[in-house]
Amino acid sequence: MEPASIPHLIMQLYVLVLSAFIGLEVIAKVPVLLHTPLMSGSNALSGIVLVGALTLTCSAASKLGYLLALAGVFLATVNVVGGFVVTDRMLGMFRSKTPQKAQRDQHAQVRSNQNAEEKQA
Amino acid sequence: MNNLSWISHLFFLLASGGFVLCLKLLSSPKTARKGNVLGALAMLLAVGAALLQSPPAQEIIKGLAITIVAGCLVGIVAGRKIHMTAMPQLVAIFNGLGGAASVLVSASEMTRWATLDSWQASPALALSCWASAWIGSITFSGSFVAFGKLQGLLSSRPVLIPKGRLATLLLTALLLLTGVVSMKTPESLALLALTVLAAEILGVLLTLPIGGADMPVVISLLNSYSGLAALTCGFVINSPILILAGSLVGASGVILTRLMCQAMNRSLFNVVFGAFGAKTAQSTAVSHKTMKPFSPQDVAMLLHNSQRVMVVPGYGLAVSQGQRALRELADLLKKHNIQVQYAIHPVAGRMPGHMNVLLAEVDVPYEDLCDLETSNPQFLNTDTTLIVGANDVVNPSARDTPSSPLHGMPILHADKSSNVIVFKRGEGLGFAGVDNPLFVADNTHVVFGDAKASLTAVTTQLKELV
Repeated sequence: MEPASIPHLIMQLYVLVLSAFIGLEVIAKVPVLLHTPLMSGSNALSGIVLVGALTLTCSAASKLGYLLALAGVFLATVNVVGGFVVTDRMLGMFRSKTPQKAQRDQHAQVRSNQNAEEKQA
Repeated sequence: MNNLSWISHLFFLLASGGFVLCLKLLSSPKTARKGNVLGALAMLLAVGAALLQSPPAQEIIKGLAITIVAGCLVGIVAGRKIHMTAMPQLVAIFNGLGGAASVLVSASEMTRWATLDSWQASPALALSCWASAWIGSITFSGSFVAFGKLQGLLSSRPVLIPKGRLATLLLTALLLLTGVVSMKTPESLALLALTVLAAEILGVLLTLPIGGADMPVVISLLNSYSGLAALTCGFVINSPILILAGSLVGASGVILTRLMCQAMNRSLFNVVFGAFGAKTAQSTAVSHKTMKPFSPQDVAMLLHNSQRVMVVPGYGLAVSQGQRALRELADLLKKHNIQVQYAIHPVAGRMPGHMNVLLAEVDVPYEDLCDLETSNPQFLNTDTTLIVGANDVVNPSARDTPSSPLHGMPILHADKSSNVIVFKRGEGLGFAGVDNPLFVADNTHVVFGDAKASLTAVTTQLKELV
């Protein structure tokens, strides 16, 4: 006797319910500070349709199906790449108080002041 | 399943784990950047797995490669060139693209069904396809209207469409009907086109009446929709990773939408259908007090004698591009051992957390940025609060006057500090069109003019004092 197979739909619903709970748990802890990066980062994740678009481009049975999927590949790629690039840029701006850069700036300023004084002298 | 298929499925599983971890790392400023890189790598893995699972045929490789490279180029240029003030617009467009891509994928899958002999899509599959089509289409057109409003191409005031509600109801009914019919004729492209068309119009009708100040809610909501579109698409092509990533995005959108609504003390229904701010403001109690103007020199003197300063930035600051001038003033104060912190309301800016990004862009350390809960107790022992381009979020009537339209909205208690300085363009009202008693309070003084120019003037005056 063959084991009863679980229909696709039920498995899909399992994935849906569990990942929705994981998402709510993980994301609820994101501080206000990071809300914009969270949004643009998750925005990039929604470009996951790229995977579907690629699969269909490669397995399309008709010209129309191919073109539709290919257009999907383009839009989803822009979404994914743009989303990750802009999130990275944004997160690079969040700086802690670590004064590395400030110190460097100060040194540079002191040096330029000295130069100026020397010139004046 | 052959070996190759197993491997690609394992890759998908790994990538799914990567997505969850990516969001987890995004919840701390120290690890956020790593999290984003991890997310990108997981996406790359998923793309690799997809190509492994169904390798492209010789004749389409060229077209596919060109498309991907073109998409990457557009994405990189957009992501690098965009100004941080325009972040909400970019996110709106990306949401729209994601939605449109889901529609295209579902449509493409549908054309494949038609070529299969002796096989018919189950009603559940047909419904998934239908749902993905309309959610994706609403996301697409709604996002572009939101973009138009944020970019100033469309009026940011709520636009009231005559018979708008009737049209919305009719279109919703039409969509439900196409859903029912689609279960009978799952392979009808014409029906899909009708669904898409109706949903596109519905997206416009739903977004146009929403006012500019409610944009943080709209952006969050559309973010959620783009996730739902990917999710339903996952049902259509039976791809667990699409369902997983779509649910994660949907969840993040839902959480942010809720937070934004709470920060304005309004229900989602009220935001979407309320057309807040459409009516001309009627100021209820005409106050007999007037605002007391202050010159930059007065402000400099006051700051010079303060020990703790709080700054409340609002969108007006971003409009005048005064963030850098503000940071320079704060640096000068800190150099003379005056403590400076920023109190940021959740809806400051035009998307969730927008103000934090704008200040981070000009090198304000993130430790100085306080949220609503942490900053409110601090106002009590603050000597001077600088309000720059913010209005409704510091309106004490939201707390004290039950009849105020803002009543119940959580505000920053700037009025509790010893002195309040307001940087303001003119004597106008805030977005909600409500009088702000704080601006005429005894301990409040107002500096009129462009925020950037005023801040620079204060800095100059302060340099002469110290």
